[in-house]
Amino acid sequence: MLDLVLKISLIAVTLSMLALLYRVIKGPSTPDRVIALDAIGINLVAVIALISMILKTSAFLEVILLVGILAFIGTVAFAKFLEKGEIIERDRNH
Amino acid sequence: MSLLHLAIIAPFLMAIFIPFLYKGFRRIHTGWFVLIVPILLFSYFLHFIPIVKGNETVTKTIRWIPSLNIELTAFVDGLGLLFALLITGIGSLVVLYSIFYLSKKKEQLHNFYVYLLLFMGAMLGVVLSDNLISLYMFWEFTSISSFLLIGYWYQRDGSRYGAQKSMLITVFGGLAMLGGFLLLYIMGGTFSIRELIGMADVLMSKSLFVPAMLLILLGAFTKSAQFPFHIWLPDAMEAPTPVSAYLHSATMVKAGLYLVARMSPIFAEHALWLWLVGSFGIFTMTWGSFNAVKQTDLKGILAFSTVSQLGLIMSLLGVGAAALHYKNMDENLFIVATVAAIFHLINHATFKGSLFMVVGIIDHETGTRDIRKLGGLMGLMPITFTIALIGSFSMAGLPPFNGFLSKEMFFTGMVRVLDMDFFSLDTWGILFPVLAWVGSIFTFLYSMVLFFKTFSGRLQQEKLERKPHEAPFGMLLPPIILASLVVIFGFFPNILTYNIIEPAVGAILPSLLKPGEHFVGHISFWHGFTVELFMTIGVITGGTLLYITYPKWKKVYTIIPEKLTLNSMYDRGLYWAETGSYQLTRTYMTGFIRTYLVYIFIFFIGITGVTLYVKDAFKLDTSNVAPIGSYEVVLALIVLAGSATILLAKSRLTSIIALGAIGYTVSLFFVLFRAPDLALTQLVIETVSVALFLLAFYHLPPLNRHERSVGFKLSNALISLGVGLIVTLVAISAHSNKLFDSIAKYYIENTHDKAGGENMVNVILVDFRGFDTMFEICVLGIAALGIYGMVKLRLTQGGKADEKK
Repeated sequence: MLDLVLKISLIAVTLSMLALLYRVIKGPSTPDRVIALDAIGINLVAVIALISMILKTSAFLEVILLVGILAFIGTVAFAKFLEKGEIIERDRNH
Repeated sequence: MSLLHLAIIAPFLMAIFIPFLYKGFRRIHTGWFVLIVPILLFSYFLHFIPIVKGNETVTKTIRWIPSLNIELTAFVDGLGLLFALLITGIGSLVVLYSIFYLSKKKEQLHNFYVYLLLFMGAMLGVVLSDNLISLYMFWEFTSISSFLLIGYWYQRDGSRYGAQKSMLITVFGGLAMLGGFLLLYIMGGTFSIRELIGMADVLMSKSLFVPAMLLILLGAFTKSAQFPFHIWLPDAMEAPTPVSAYLHSATMVKAGLYLVARMSPIFAEHALWLWLVGSFGIFTMTWGSFNAVKQTDLKGILAFSTVSQLGLIMSLLGVGAAALHYKNMDENLFIVATVAAIFHLINHATFKGSLFMVVGIIDHETGTRDIRKLGGLMGLMPITFTIALIGSFSMAGLPPFNGFLSKEMFFTGMVRVLDMDFFSLDTWGILFPVLAWVGSIFTFLYSMVLFFKTFSGRLQQEKLERKPHEAPFGMLLPPIILASLVVIFGFFPNILTYNIIEPAVGAILPSLLKPGEHFVGHISFWHGFTVELFMTIGVITGGTLLYITYPKWKKVYTIIPEKLTLNSMYDRGLYWAETGSYQLTRTYMTGFIRTYLVYIFIFFIGITGVTLYVKDAFKLDTSNVAPIGSYEVVLALIVLAGSATILLAKSRLTSIIALGAIGYTVSLFFVLFRAPDLALTQLVIETVSVALFLLAFYHLPPLNRHERSVGFKLSNALISLGVGLIVTLVAISAHSNKLFDSIAKYYIENTHDKAGGENMVNVILVDFRGFDTMFEICVLGIAALGIYGMVKLRLTQGGKADEKK
């Protein structure tokens, strides 16, 4: 029973990832793509959680946390890049 | 280290001390110190005459590289001794001559004598080596020292050109010769010449026999300036005259003759040997003498004359090989050719050496060597005149000088070719005496030109730089000695017969000399009205007629256009080789990485594909395949979609994002295939590298920034499809061809028990295979340092740091 539920949810998450991927490819603007990528990252968290339940292992919990952090950092970096054109600003006075 | 070895390396040892002597005793001409060496060596080598006369040999061996059968074997027999005496004897005279020829103040004497001694030692090594490899070593030493000596006045263009030309040609031949030696070693299993001679019959049946012969002959022909390799010799006349006299008439150019003579016992039974050596020799003889006539430079005449005389000796050595086919005859008629070769070799060294020295004297005293400016020196330089008379008349083959005797014997040898009835010599053999006779006419002609244009006629004082007068006695002494030898050998040839010539001939034709017997004293009967005598009379009449009518038929020399001469062919060949390889390199070295990548990928496709096809290596085996789940299919589709996006994207930013998406999907694959550590690392690294891509993206130069999709090129598409296909095929075949189980079981069993860990991946990384990890850390460290260095350290082209700009 649980197995079936897991598979159904995995398919649902995968479909939403595909839809997000369509957004990444299609655009039209870069922020659209970045948002989609961020959402893919969060979906990835769900996928990994579901897979680790299917595989009956706790080895991937760190991966979930890491994806969360990276998706955040990545999105922030992109956002900063889109806004200022560079990620790490240099203090020109020094 | 025997005394014999010491004798061979004595010049090398002396060469070490020359610069000190030059610097230490500036008041004494360095040549006086040098002179001791060849004189001592000459008297030392004279002691061997009684030994070789008794048909005995002396062998002394030093083990050099025993594991490779390479030894320094010094071996003295008739042939080696003859050459050793020539080298040291004429060497002494040349050194004496050079003392008066080269100025103590103007010239860099230490260089000259170091090179000369180097050459002398090398030449002694060549003629006294029994081991092929040490012979080759000394052979190349002669090439190098000759190169240095020709380029002695390195400020002149002509010297450098001549040195380069002779170097290229002789080293080319030397390398070919090395190839021949190695083939001999492969066939015979030894580097020792005597042992190879012992197994000559076995060698002849081997398939490598003819290639070995051709390669060795190539070496001999280039060194001895045989047609068409003779072109370096006239250009080598840019060397100082003592060098020309020593190297380019008496010794080095005879190294090729020595090699042919030395190798005769191995190769001479083969028909090709007789034909190649004989016909190249006789043609070179005629060609050289024909060309010598048109030269206007005295040394030019002598250079072509040397070419011609070397051809003469070479042809005699070739024809002499016929003697081996009549082993059973009581009185072997064809030995005379070999005897003539050796006799003429000695004679040529004497008269040519003296003629070169005479030319040097004329050059020294008048300031020119051009026969159009010279004339009427007879009264002013009587001694030089006498020496030149003896030398050139001997060269022309006139009685009573030694050239006459050897020329008679040369004719005898050539006429007897008509008696040979094998190797289709009965049809083509007539060419030998005819060419010999024609060549001799021209020899007579240029000898007369050399002599009369210089010494007779009117003195053209206005064209000369200096007022001519007789040379100092020291300068005259060496040519006087040589000229008197010419006369002595002319009147008493038999002092040479049994002492030198017979042992040398015995070394060339070892199977014919039975102990206790003599080759009958051929040189003693030179009387009587024979065909040869009439040929000589014909030569004199013909030559005289041609000399008188020379202005009328001079145009013959312009028949061959400049473009078709061997020299211009050599020049153009060199030019083409240079520009051709430049052009070739330019066509494929475009400087674009994409071109090189195309080469690399095409080769990859070609080599792997052909190997797969030829070896029939492709194999599809599905027995070992895991079932495909739906997740994998979905993830693969995502990767496909991402790759397609990268290829088709219009903006670079899209590409970068798509690449990130692929990277994340790959990490998902890692999750699916149960590799948590890989997934973790992949995620972090993917994020960092996407950030780095963005960094690089921002810094792209403005010009290339306008965004457009990747252009389509069919060739690129084909190549990428090919690479993908090949990799897929290889992967499938590799997977289908598993030959044995993996060793993973060991790790599974021992991770906990032996290494005390639970995480197998990490245990492998830091424990079982920690060595790799260490160097991966090293790679990261280097990368980090490299990036820091590239960012911080900004050197301009001049090498100055401009960091803070």
